[in-house]
Amino acid sequence: MNLTLKIWRQKNNTDKGGFKEYKITDISEDMSFLEMLDVLNEQLSTKGEDPVHFDHDCREGICGMCSLYINGNPHGPQQTTTCQLHMRSFKDGDTISIEPWRAKAFPVLKDLVVDRSSFDRIIQAGGYVSVNTGGVPDANEIPIPKSIADLAMDAAQCIGCGACVAACKNASAMLFTSAKISQLALLPQGQVERKIRAENMVAQMDAEGFGACTNTGACEAECPKGISITNIARMNREYFSAVLSSDTV
Amino acid sequence: MILDSKIPEGPLAEKWTNHKFNVKLVNPANKRKYDVIVVGTGLAGASAAASLAELGYNVKAFCFQDSPRRAHSIAAQGGINAAKNYQNDGDSVYRLFYDTIKGGDYRAREGNVYRLAQVSVNIIDQCVAQGVPFAREYGGLLANRSFGGAQVSRTFYAKGQTGQQLLLGAYSALSRQVANGKVKLYPRTEMMDVVMVDGKARGIVTRNLITGAIESHSAHAVLLCTGGYGNVFFLSTNAMGSNVTAAWRAHKKGAYFANPSFTQIHPTCIPVSGDHQSKLTLMSESLRNDGRVWVPATVETAEKLRKGLIKVNDIKEEDRDYYLERKYPSFGNLVPRDVASRNAKYVCDEGRGVNETGEAVFLDFRDAIKRDGEATIKAKYGNLFDMYQQITGDNPYQVPMMIYPAVHYTMGGLWVDYNLMTTIPGLYALGEANFSDHGANRLGASALMQGLADGYFVAPYTIGDYLAQNPNDRISTDHPEFQKAEKEVSDRLQKLLSIKGDKTVDYYHKKLGKIMWDYCGMARTAEGLTKAKAMIKELKKEFWTNVNVLGANEELNQSLEKANRVADFIELGELMVDDALSRNESCGGHFREEYQTPEGEALRDDENFAFVSAWKYLGEGLEEELNKEPLVFENVKLTQRSYK
Repeated sequence: MNLTLKIWRQKNNTDKGGFKEYKITDISEDMSFLEMLDVLNEQLSTKGEDPVHFDHDCREGICGMCSLYINGNPHGPQQTTTCQLHMRSFKDGDTISIEPWRAKAFPVLKDLVVDRSSFDRIIQAGGYVSVNTGGVPDANEIPIPKSIADLAMDAAQCIGCGACVAACKNASAMLFTSAKISQLALLPQGQVERKIRAENMVAQMDAEGFGACTNTGACEAECPKGISITNIARMNREYFSAVLSSDTV
Repeated sequence: MILDSKIPEGPLAEKWTNHKFNVKLVNPANKRKYDVIVVGTGLAGASAAASLAELGYNVKAFCFQDSPRRAHSIAAQGGINAAKNYQNDGDSVYRLFYDTIKGGDYRAREGNVYRLAQVSVNIIDQCVAQGVPFAREYGGLLANRSFGGAQVSRTFYAKGQTGQQLLLGAYSALSRQVANGKVKLYPRTEMMDVVMVDGKARGIVTRNLITGAIESHSAHAVLLCTGGYGNVFFLSTNAMGSNVTAAWRAHKKGAYFANPSFTQIHPTCIPVSGDHQSKLTLMSESLRNDGRVWVPATVETAEKLRKGLIKVNDIKEEDRDYYLERKYPSFGNLVPRDVASRNAKYVCDEGRGVNETGEAVFLDFRDAIKRDGEATIKAKYGNLFDMYQQITGDNPYQVPMMIYPAVHYTMGGLWVDYNLMTTIPGLYALGEANFSDHGANRLGASALMQGLADGYFVAPYTIGDYLAQNPNDRISTDHPEFQKAEKEVSDRLQKLLSIKGDKTVDYYHKKLGKIMWDYCGMARTAEGLTKAKAMIKELKKEFWTNVNVLGANEELNQSLEKANRVADFIELGELMVDDALSRNESCGGHFREEYQTPEGEALRDDENFAFVSAWKYLGEGLEEELNKEPLVFENVKLTQRSYK
């Protein structure tokens, strides 16, 4: 198939940037979206033009590194990561616009590459159980009902790609933050630091410049891992109950 | 140089315990005077960085990805082995040890492997305490599944995303130490060289991938946790960024490289669909628990199927050849990976392969769905089935999956002693980056186990032993050795940028990959390897005169990053060929066609080749020197591996 690509090009963080149009031909429908961009980049490189920079690594939908805003949707038309999106989702003659994630807390570094270290800082604020290596009880001494373990696993599947932020008109990171808070609030291992975790992670999320949630549900609709918005409700509950009975006031 | 593996004296079961008592300790107040660099933040790197920081050392952790959580350990699907014997099915530390030694075709060290089996049980405890949501039974206790090469169920798992959950556990421990100020993170930073002062590793030179800045970092010890080098084949299940550069630069500075040709070809990957293919996707080995592997019994049926004259579901039971069940009745579809891969190649070479290319076999869930119901199969493998459908457009609940072997893991790596130290004092290699535990073939669910064993439970002890014997003085990065290394790095990058030839980096990478796959892949011959060596030498010359690397160093420049990595892959490729050529036997993943049993199984030569090949770099353009570390087996009897 033959396509027209409108791609955001931006030299660096301080450059203003803008769309540039490219024509690309003979694309197979079995290609992944990123392989289609590989083909474009091979052509650009051969012509001596700077290839389009984009983040990607595992290309099997799990590392969370790829991050393109395709035709107005994070990761494109399917509910999957960009690397798992295949060209059979497009038609011959289509025009495809490709932009980086847009959020104050995700500054653009070059072309389609953004800085998501704000997510790391949210986890650093409390997304863990404070146990050191060694000296822990036998794994089977902490029985956990299967239903609870499964719910925790559902939340834990978040890949930290940032599609939820890109999808949200407020650039809110509540789906991401709530996934980690939920996982640990559900499990017995997370109980000891339950309150302080919710308080600190929410505070960090705000400090990074992410917006608030207005319940539009765009994050859930676009999440490639199907993280449920129920987690946001749980986080709000965790946060309010933590603040009301805070030990740190 | 005589390679001293430093395996402790004493009975197998007491070696590690005795060693832990005998190592020197750094007292708690002095630990803060020592700095440790950890390169790579996968399972080995993140767990080591977190554990060392918890002990009180100052840690700097580096990764080329935008976050430590993205390291390729995250993509491991199936599970992690541990000798917990929770299933009461006869498992034990000794059995896990034995299975791993046997699975590795008797080319791993007894001492290391036994220790691995011992600490495996601690890993599960640690991960559960961190909140890793392993699969559970209705009673609330942990669930297990079985895996290739074992007859017990000892594999712990979190859906088909075990690597992700374990890595996020280690990443959370790492994040906690970042918050505590004990670890400083350097994401989007690539290690370019190791710096030695007075014969010891004292730091690294890095490139900031955003600004291109070349920087030096000084420390008392350096840990390379940089994963494997499967991308030398261009197409592999590795992440696009996975590379050998850190290990290779260490090798050129004096660290021996062990068994470089020991590569694991994983039997269950989604087959190649065309020339545009950028990577291969694994379908977890756990699928072989319920899926049955088959091809049409005759070449004629296979041809009809490939041409689309018949449909797969129309092929009658008697026209199907479940070749693994037929040849290996006791292990069936669960034979180790090397055996499964080689047999897939055989049936395809016979002309019985499927898919348009003829390079695929079926993995069929029809009988499992009939037996257990679709809901049960979905609960076990749902995400894998979805992934398969996403990539291929086929629905595996209705038609069999198609699979073909692909490069997945490299058992070879930097040579390390029992303490995980390379031949450079103060330089350590952990996880897939070292060679130590898997011999010539790694069993499924053992990579996660080894990465975490090294990082959580081995390195924190053995590094203390080294540091306790070395002064805590800090070296400034103004030291001439750092300045020299920085200049070498800059010069090399400038050289790559100045060639301005007419072929892209990927062009050379694909060419290298094809040479490696054709001649140093699933089956190797002396003739083919000799040919490959000449081809790689030629490729290297061409690369350095005709590659086109665009842009400048002082910016985010992905083609420069790639060029720098591919240049190292080309040199590694040549060493892999040398290694494969020098080992005149077949063992595990190393299959030399000249050495096979009448049934086509790998034929080892224990008399002449029961050793680790450790290669020493002697200089640009010179042949590397082969050193041998004899493998001594005091506890297991070397036998012809049989899974019949």
